[in-house]
Amino acid sequence: MSDANPQIPLPRPTPLSKPHWDGCREGVLRVQRCGDCGSFVFIPKPVCDGCLGSNLSWVESSGRGTLYSYTVVHRPQQPAFEVPYTVAIVELEEGWHMLSNLVGVEPDHVEIGMPLEVSFERKSDEITLPCFRPRA
Amino acid sequence: MHSPFRGVAIVGAYDTRQARQLPGMTEAELVLDAVRGTLDAAGLAPTDVDGLNVSTWVTQISSRDVAQWFGGRPVWTGDSMPGIDALLQAAAAIATGQCHTALVATAQCGEYTARESTVSWTRPTNEFVECWGLYTAAEFALMAQRHMHIYGTRREALSEVAAAIRMNGARHPNAVMYGREVAPEDVVASRMVADPFHLFDCCITSEGGTGIVLTTEERARDLDVTPIYLLGGALDRQGMAYVTAPLWDRYGWVGRRAAQLAFEQCGLTPRDVDVAELYDPFSFEVIRQLEAYGFCKEGEGGDFVMGGRIRIGGELPVATNGGLLSYSHAGLVQLLQKPVNAALQLQGKLPADLTVPGAKVAIASNGGSGALFNDVMLLGTEPV
Repeated sequence: MSDANPQIPLPRPTPLSKPHWDGCREGVLRVQRCGDCGSFVFIPKPVCDGCLGSNLSWVESSGRGTLYSYTVVHRPQQPAFEVPYTVAIVELEEGWHMLSNLVGVEPDHVEIGMPLEVSFERKSDEITLPCFRPRA
Repeated sequence: MHSPFRGVAIVGAYDTRQARQLPGMTEAELVLDAVRGTLDAAGLAPTDVDGLNVSTWVTQISSRDVAQWFGGRPVWTGDSMPGIDALLQAAAAIATGQCHTALVATAQCGEYTARESTVSWTRPTNEFVECWGLYTAAEFALMAQRHMHIYGTRREALSEVAAAIRMNGARHPNAVMYGREVAPEDVVASRMVADPFHLFDCCITSEGGTGIVLTTEERARDLDVTPIYLLGGALDRQGMAYVTAPLWDRYGWVGRRAAQLAFEQCGLTPRDVDVAELYDPFSFEVIRQLEAYGFCKEGEGGDFVMGGRIRIGGELPVATNGGLLSYSHAGLVQLLQKPVNAALQLQGKLPADLTVPGAKVAIASNGGSGALFNDVMLLGTEPV
């Protein structure tokens, strides 16, 4: 997974999402947080989806969480993806959720609720993907 | 009480030929077939039409293009996505006197060419989705897995949904999978796509067109057709699909609000429904909708579908033409095909062994949990 594979469609950061992707490259998982109502906001938005306020700032997540749901994919989205791969929804310990891939675990050993931690996987000079791996 | 849609009737519904591919066919020819076939089904002339929502996806034919095919005579054009949304908009236009006879039709072909990848409409290119290898089967699988985890929904229930619907398609001569009978054990024997979905849990891809024409109840009486009445309908839209995590806790009951509104509009309940043309992109989604709409309690959809209940002859037959799993899934065309088949079923126009005897009320739905939208429509043989 750590080899750069130019065939996999990589994110094209927007002005809105750039702080998140910059953070991944620097080894930090960044998420937006509302200074008014305290909501964590992900994916990045121009407003808080809890209160419609604009008082958003980027904060660091612990990168620790648990597996909320997953699917082991055997028919790839496109040939660049090596099968099987595991798509996950991770529930971060701050209470927000994100899509990701699991690394460092056999598909047979994946279980909803398992503890995870972020694992930054470099894909190109610009893009490092925040994957997740099991934690003790 | 009267439904707010009182006074609006469906007088014609029609599907073009459906096939995995329709070589040599253009979208213009295909949508023209849908337009003509729908008008023929109602016994209407082009000059009777004063409202249009006709579009295609790949070549982007619009209602305004088609208004010129009709000599510029139509006064009203709609632009909602072809499906329940478009029908509700057209019915509202008729109910408020903006037009009297509205034709809604669509067709899609020529899109799926790069077959080493999943079909393009299943893999939007969002920066927080595409890089993880997601596509619609995986999105809906994430919902299914969470449901199975919370409620213990069994694999057997998914297989029964897939087999029941695919058996309907096997008996429908216009179904892409006509003659292809599938038993529950065949579903788990088919190759794995995205856990828990095997190949036969997943919809097919195909090409085709479809249409429906609505008019006033008064005009419907002058036509030599069995009118079908729009009893209720509503949308449940929770945002842009396939850009964010499909969280069960936030989006799992999408469609419930639409169903509640639709039932409230006509004073009916799920108990009154005889046939369910539910959106069936993946087997699990049928189970979820049955729970969301109140046909059974939360978490009991898996048990509900067992024992032949959703098969022809059962208490609530589902996707009686074979649905997206077996009949056809031509991009957006499937949205409109749900109410089209509901109307054809209530008109008694399905093949004899797929006809639900005495069916008076049908529910149709579009979109599902993984897509973060779910629209619902109720149709009946008698107005409310």
